[in-house]
Amino acid sequence: MNKPLRHVWLVVGMLFLLLFTSTTYFQVVAQGRLNADGRNARTIYNEFGRHRGPIVVDGTAIASSQESGDTYGYLRTYDPGAMYAPVTGYYSVIYGFSGIERALNDTLSGDADALFYQRISDILSGEQGQGATVELTLDSQAQQAAWDALGDQRGAVVALDPSTGAVLAMVSTPSYDPNLLASHSSSEVQAAWTALNEDPARPLTNRATGGDLYPPGSVFKLVVAASALDSGKYTPETVIPGPGTYQLPNSSSIMNNRAGGDQTPCGPDDASTLTDALRQSCNTSFALLGQELGEDQLRATAEQFGFGQRMEIPLAGTASTMGTDLDGAQLATTSIGQYETRVTPLQMAMVASAFVNDGVVMEPQLVQSVRTSDLSSIAELTPREVGQPLSASNASEMRGMMIETVENGTGSAARIEGAEVGGKTGTAQWGEGRAPHSWFVGYAQMGDREVAVAVLVEEGGYGSRVAAPIAKEVMEAVIWR
Amino acid sequence: MSVGVTAYALVGLGRFEELPADLMQVGIGAAVVAVLLQIAVMWRAPYADPTILPIVVLLNMLGVAVIASIDSANTLYGPRATAMADRQMIWSMLGAALCIGVLVALRDHRWLRRYTWIFALTGALLLLMPLVPGLGSERNGSRIWISIAGNSFQPAELAKIAFAVFFAGYLVARRDTLALAGPKVLGIHLPRWSDFGPILVAWGFAMAVLVFQTDLGTSLMFFGLFVVMLYVATDRLSWLVIGAVMFLPPAVFAAIQMGHVRRRIDCWLDPLSRENFDACGQVNAGLFGLANGGITGAGLGDGRPNVVPHAESDFIYTSLAEELGLVGAFAVLLLYLLLVQRAMRAAVGISDGFGTLLAGGLGFVIALQVFVVVGGITRVIPLTGLTLPFLAAGGSSLVCNWIIAGILVRLSDAARRPAARQVPGSTRVSPAEVMA
Repeated sequence: MNKPLRHVWLVVGMLFLLLFTSTTYFQVVAQGRLNADGRNARTIYNEFGRHRGPIVVDGTAIASSQESGDTYGYLRTYDPGAMYAPVTGYYSVIYGFSGIERALNDTLSGDADALFYQRISDILSGEQGQGATVELTLDSQAQQAAWDALGDQRGAVVALDPSTGAVLAMVSTPSYDPNLLASHSSSEVQAAWTALNEDPARPLTNRATGGDLYPPGSVFKLVVAASALDSGKYTPETVIPGPGTYQLPNSSSIMNNRAGGDQTPCGPDDASTLTDALRQSCNTSFALLGQELGEDQLRATAEQFGFGQRMEIPLAGTASTMGTDLDGAQLATTSIGQYETRVTPLQMAMVASAFVNDGVVMEPQLVQSVRTSDLSSIAELTPREVGQPLSASNASEMRGMMIETVENGTGSAARIEGAEVGGKTGTAQWGEGRAPHSWFVGYAQMGDREVAVAVLVEEGGYGSRVAAPIAKEVMEAVIWR
Repeated sequence: MSVGVTAYALVGLGRFEELPADLMQVGIGAAVVAVLLQIAVMWRAPYADPTILPIVVLLNMLGVAVIASIDSANTLYGPRATAMADRQMIWSMLGAALCIGVLVALRDHRWLRRYTWIFALTGALLLLMPLVPGLGSERNGSRIWISIAGNSFQPAELAKIAFAVFFAGYLVARRDTLALAGPKVLGIHLPRWSDFGPILVAWGFAMAVLVFQTDLGTSLMFFGLFVVMLYVATDRLSWLVIGAVMFLPPAVFAAIQMGHVRRRIDCWLDPLSRENFDACGQVNAGLFGLANGGITGAGLGDGRPNVVPHAESDFIYTSLAEELGLVGAFAVLLLYLLLVQRAMRAAVGISDGFGTLLAGGLGFVIALQVFVVVGGITRVIPLTGLTLPFLAAGGSSLVCNWIIAGILVRLSDAARRPAARQVPGSTRVSPAEVMA
């Protein structure tokens, strides 16, 4: 009976060889694929079971993880939630992540390559690893001012430090409470998610950077004016035509010189200086100026400002555009920020920042520094240039014209006692029978404090009345700090 | 044993960052059990193979540690806390006590042979018990459990021992007749037609289990055990071929006809596809657990074994592989292989045919059970409802396997007893040569 026993033993050996092979297959060969499977509950548990690093503004954590004692291990909480939600984003068990939570997920969770040595030392020292701390560039007072000033209007505010590109304020309203989405109760999260997505005011959209592109209206005249100076053929004192009405080329449409059908010319003899045209926001002056400059010159300037580029700040920012392949009439309406011109508030804040920073546009950035849990810094904000749409001297000329607009023109509501403030209002038509979007784009400087700001209020009406006072509050918060 | 206690301590460290409060009791309890086993072996089976019981104790304690990890995971994350590890420890002690009982009471394994037909009757009754209305209960589509006063019991585990004894006794008596050559077909000597009776009865039982209890695993285990023992007894390859031919068509037919078996076939072939994913949740959760373990494992107490249904019993292999990784899974498989090898070695060493068949059969049934369970989890074969010997939570399985361990120790003692080696006229080959 020994020969058959030997055979049985052989068979047993082969059966076990199969088991070794199959176990190896699932634990090693197919491991990556299985772990990456979206239906794998363990992947979610591993993700949520880590002590995620906090997101910090001005030394205070606005997003942090606490041990929850439930199946996920840690609960993400946001305080204050709604004010920063468009920046932080949410961190949801069911619906994934957004905002900084998503853009810097590897850093916050501790998975980033830069944190490799930190992970090793955590393992060696036996400490529970913690993700890195992300400190934002936001200025809590500017953020609060923008949040309060926007109130329950729909809109967005972006404030930039012109010399570094650091984002000082980024508010989008209406916002939402990210705590509702970070909850570990599936039913609560689903209810909140459905409500937020069905809300016609679209609270989950970050109006400052993405998704929504707005017609800039008159604030685009800043880009046209900068382009004119950059072309070398114009100075602020150059007299340009500005009739009361203008029949668009090859079209029956008539453009009125001013908002609300007002056909007053820009000056005596249907002409004015460039400064005066900007101060009064004359439509015909800029429509004619844009056509004189031509599409190529205008586009070149716009692209130096950052138009046409998707931005990662590291939040994803939609690219602004001035349309393509424009005929005469289209170029005329583009020059007053209509037709296919679509911008983000972030892009318009970048436009304003160039004039305070000697004509150079800096890349907007939200992350001031990344620190490991033992506070050693592994990344700091390094300013980067986007482009230079105009020379330093021309930038200074632009400032003169913008100061004139605030001191004696449409932007007077943004005036700040004791500070240099320049800007441009906009009242952008966008749909039949709908109130126009209200814009203010400008800057303020006092001593070494400076700030560039863009304010948008959806269907807010006149920029001079609605957006400019909001911009004033935000700029004051920065320069009086 | 110390490996086992350390594993238990690590579970507490991993899950709660502190040592389990009952570590001392568990450690002392394990030590006492191990010492008692050692004393019993030294007293009643001094020549026994010294590796069998340590392997069993280690497997048992690893099982307790993994179950404790599942308990703690349930406490932390689950809908309700469980204390399966405590019950498993009580069953372990009972199992070890029965093992000692076997060693003490069963002085010579040949006594078992006298009761061959009683074992046959017992085994058959046990196997059919789940079919009795009011007694049997159905789980996951399989009717292999009975419940008495709230306690559930898998009688197939006990029937396994009874049948192994019966097969050994029956076959050793009839082996010469069964080995007689009949007609030759396709180069294989078929047995005589008149000798087909026993295998037909065994086949009938296997089919009954398959059809009425709808459990492919139990069915396969019994029929496989019978056929292999028949082959060992007669050295006729034809029996293996006949067995395979008899078993496969009904199994395939069952797969096509029974929804519950068919679903398991689908989950075997393609559990991750969109249409099968939800139905194969357990298989998939197990596979994800294996992947989460990787090579080195998540660490005891650091995995998420609780997300797998039946993580403590049918799927304890994934729990173990998740927390101890490929390394731990291989170690456990090697322990089983070593245990089977010790049983085979005892089979070769024993002078009487009954002992050889019994040791070989018990060794093979352990191997087959491990293969069916682990193979089912890792998609080598369709999943069935068996449990891993010594590891899985469950009183009936654990206690019965401890009894098997006791019988194996007894058999190895007989195999290695100096007197047994001097049986004149023995033509056996030396064990080392066989196992080489």
